[in-house]
Amino acid sequence: MFEDFLNNSDTWLNGKGPFSEIIFSSRVRLARNLDDYSFPLKATKLQREEILKKIEQTCLGVSVLKNTNFLRMREVSELDRQFLLERHLISQEHTVNLEGKGLVISSDEKISLMINEEDHLRMQVIFSGFDLKKCWELANEIDNEIHKVIDFSFLPNLGFLTACPTNAGTGLRASCMLHLPALVFTKRINKILELLVKISFVTRGFFGEGTQALGDFFQISNQVSLGVSEEEVIDNLFGVVNQVKEQEIDARNSLLKKQKLNLEDNVWRSIGILRNCRLISSKEALSHLSVLSLGLDLGIINDVSRELINSLFIIIQPAHLQKIEARILNEDERDYIRAQILREKLSKNSN
Amino acid sequence: MVCDICHKNIATVHLTEVINDKVVEMHICQHCTKTEEFKENLNIQELLGGLMDSGCNQRKEKLSLKCPSCGLTYDDFRKKARLGCGKCYLTFRQQLLPLLKKIHGSLHYTGKRPLSSAHKVPGENKVDELQERLDRAIQLEEFEEAARLRDELKKADIR
Repeated sequence: MFEDFLNNSDTWLNGKGPFSEIIFSSRVRLARNLDDYSFPLKATKLQREEILKKIEQTCLGVSVLKNTNFLRMREVSELDRQFLLERHLISQEHTVNLEGKGLVISSDEKISLMINEEDHLRMQVIFSGFDLKKCWELANEIDNEIHKVIDFSFLPNLGFLTACPTNAGTGLRASCMLHLPALVFTKRINKILELLVKISFVTRGFFGEGTQALGDFFQISNQVSLGVSEEEVIDNLFGVVNQVKEQEIDARNSLLKKQKLNLEDNVWRSIGILRNCRLISSKEALSHLSVLSLGLDLGIINDVSRELINSLFIIIQPAHLQKIEARILNEDERDYIRAQILREKLSKNSN
Repeated sequence: MVCDICHKNIATVHLTEVINDKVVEMHICQHCTKTEEFKENLNIQELLGGLMDSGCNQRKEKLSLKCPSCGLTYDDFRKKARLGCGKCYLTFRQQLLPLLKKIHGSLHYTGKRPLSSAHKVPGENKVDELQERLDRAIQLEEFEEAARLRDELKKADIR
């Protein structure tokens, strides 16, 4: 199944969504808990097993979940768990303390339901580009379908009850992953991040909670989930992300006008390194891929596709390299293989 | 009649609460009404709930805030920053409500409403459902919502 993911071209990574050169992906996550059961923190082993079975059974009857696979996390190898994490299909928390944890994933990777993570059910829908409304519609449909069979823990005045109060209410966390190399280059990014915090939006790095913004990627999500309707959350995020996108476009135009040569030099140096290096760390690779991506968007290079660059961002990660090579690799070997793959994929002849 | 909490002194305070159509009585001595725990647990239902669950005849030690459903203590919650079950939201509501207000700026849910349970026939149990929601709203001191529900209940009763 995971090998299929590697060859899948219809995933949210295909770069075909609207404005996908700046907004890499859009994601909606809903948190729910089953009524009559303690939350995962306090649930017994037996309860967690019951919850797993209940959800598995329920999903079988949901038409929009018909092309999905059900997995028990304890049966997934460490490498495969890392692989899923790298593809944004599970969280860090779902790779440890595996007893009673499950996962439902669609073959196009757009739908991912984590079972017994922090809450009983964490439903995630992820689409390429700037497509929040579509994400919300699908997530809402899945929620409604599951709810026809299962009762959720809910209070009329506080909404859906979650393990962490920060998710209570709608249980909705909507986010967009943005690529903002021009804002970083022109040093305008910090001001934007400060403003976002002021209006209750959270910004995180490439992998969500607590990571730096590697590769100039920033994930913007809502912080508030109680006191706002789901539509309001989606609309507010849409508005904010749109503004940031406009800022990035503005910064890119500014770079083209005032620093064209500087920019071109950076792009060609980056592509030079990526096409020729023999050893490269993921941090360095991400940094050069980011410049490459900008170069493609601004028409400085044109012999590389957006889809290829998007896929490179993902496959240079540790578990992906090992899945591709079909063997475990240590850090030095990974730096070597990473360089090899980059050279192969980016060579002038392969496009 | 001996105090339900300390089992030593004569009870002089008699409380009666109606929970889910059952009348529950509690008898407490003057001394125990002055304890910190009693003052903290001004929601009698929670106090009663805690006593009922653990058995009324053993409580010599002080009552500490603990969810009767999953056993989570407030200390646990503060350490792990996670709640143990839906009932925790009622058990710890005095501490949670200000926290929720701080995080979200609001204590008034305006999102989608869950459908009634799969086995409930729509319409028949509406009065029960409204009554339940009204009780909860009063418990959570959401008086505006309670007033709205009371009006809806009046309408539903008339039909």
